[in-house]
Amino acid sequence: MFGVNSKSGATARAKAAKQQPVVPVLPDGEDALIKIRNLHFSRGRKAIFNGLSFDIPKGRVTTIMGPSGTGKTTLLKMIGAQLAPTKGSIEVDGQNVHRLRRKALFELRTRMGMLFQSGALLTDLTVFDNVAFPLREHTELPESLIRHLVLLRLHAVGLRGARDLMPSELSGGMARRVALARALILDPMMIMYDEPFTGQDPISMGVLLDLLRTVNETLAVTSIIVSHDLQESLSISDYVVIISDGVVVEAGSPDQLRSSDSPWVQQFLRGDPDGPVPFQYPGPTYQEDLFGESTHD
Amino acid sequence: MINALERLGRSVLDTTGRFGRGHLFLFRTLLRFFGIFKRPSLLVQQLFSSGVLTLSIILVSGLFVGMVLGLQGYNNLVGFGAEESLGVVVSLALVRELAPVLTGLLFAGRAGSAMTAEIGLMKATEQLAGLEMMAVDPYERVFLPRLLAGIIALPCLAAMFAAVGILGGHLVGVELLGVDSGAYWSQMQASVNFTNDVVSGLIKAVVFGVVVSWIAIFEGTDCVPTSEGVSRATTRTVVSSALAILALDFVLTAVMF
Repeated sequence: MFGVNSKSGATARAKAAKQQPVVPVLPDGEDALIKIRNLHFSRGRKAIFNGLSFDIPKGRVTTIMGPSGTGKTTLLKMIGAQLAPTKGSIEVDGQNVHRLRRKALFELRTRMGMLFQSGALLTDLTVFDNVAFPLREHTELPESLIRHLVLLRLHAVGLRGARDLMPSELSGGMARRVALARALILDPMMIMYDEPFTGQDPISMGVLLDLLRTVNETLAVTSIIVSHDLQESLSISDYVVIISDGVVVEAGSPDQLRSSDSPWVQQFLRGDPDGPVPFQYPGPTYQEDLFGESTHD
Repeated sequence: MINALERLGRSVLDTTGRFGRGHLFLFRTLLRFFGIFKRPSLLVQQLFSSGVLTLSIILVSGLFVGMVLGLQGYNNLVGFGAEESLGVVVSLALVRELAPVLTGLLFAGRAGSAMTAEIGLMKATEQLAGLEMMAVDPYERVFLPRLLAGIIALPCLAAMFAAVGILGGHLVGVELLGVDSGAYWSQMQASVNFTNDVVSGLIKAVVFGVVVSWIAIFEGTDCVPTSEGVSRATTRTVVSSALAILALDFVLTAVMF
């Protein structure tokens, strides 16, 4: 196991993280495209990250998992420098994204793709124009070439025939496929997927899983998936990072996670309602609430 | 008592924070002013959606306001035998005050609320975040064309409001109530000064254009990205714009006339 062995209890994990950031080691021969180090971030009084540190291997499918509210989407936004941490750093391809000037950041972003949960298609443009949008913004290519490139990408996601539709005429699954075509149009070095499987029917899910894997293998793109859908994510991932309470609790290949002896990981993988992650939100005991002095008379 | 103070303190902090963010937003948008020359078509699109599509409501309102002015002006002036000054009363009231102010209010209700709702929904559906991640600057691509369109469209609409209003006053005063047409136009020509009255009215309209577009776009970007948040932001746009227009109208009138 090359992951971080989890310790029972959130407090212990947070304390350990505060003392010294532990970086899970990547498998032999893997280079890191993204290096996250000692990341701290809070929303109001709630700490989202408490010294989060891990690497994302180049050219692989990495899935980031964790309970709701652990900041998975926040982490994607930080990798894209849409949000800044209070402490710590994120390096993408050797560049600290939060220290880059605007121009350099935008140059880096042209090499990043992001698939938002909603697709984030521009609602006043057709499917074709949405996919062509980054090319028209960032290149001087003639329209005839743009047309070819857009149709190639739309064909790859199976929506060449839907090029004249407006985003409002697409199903959720189709919108995500168009968004994927748009994210791929500039041949990025990495793509971030924010909950790509949420609300998909079995056929759409199958199509998306197949596309994600194909994209990774044929274009050698680094894929980062944030997802709750355990089985689907594990089936296409090379590397999985589980975060909770603002730190990494486990990292490794899907098989290594399945054989982990950590009760926390086992609860997460099996979906047990109670365990190291308690079913009840912290509060007074049930007995106190029912028979003790009430504060909500 | 402590709770009330806490709420008051929070409210003051929130308002101050919004005020600061609003100014920062305007500064950042204006900083990209020259970006509009890269994509002038975006400005044309916005001039159409915020200017041309507001034209019908402006023309109809201008006509009725002019007709009311004609009627009220005639009823009051006829008592002094001064009904031939009707053209002066109608034109000065429209050019100096009513055209810029009412156009500003109507623009805030029609185009301002639409801008807020559109940008709020773009935020809620992650389109703005999507643009940033595609390395496209939303300030340059989304906000600047809308701000400039408002600044250009509002004075044009105010001028048309005034023109149609003067025709409305003519319709009631001259055609229906029998004021002499020559007196209506000649007294207007003699009394309305281009620089003092027309240009001052247009300056007011430009200022209202800046303020309404700024408030509308900022409220859209600053809204809570939910349906309720967008709805609240749209309401805030109309209310804040109306108050800002009326307050600024007083200040500008005091300075210019």
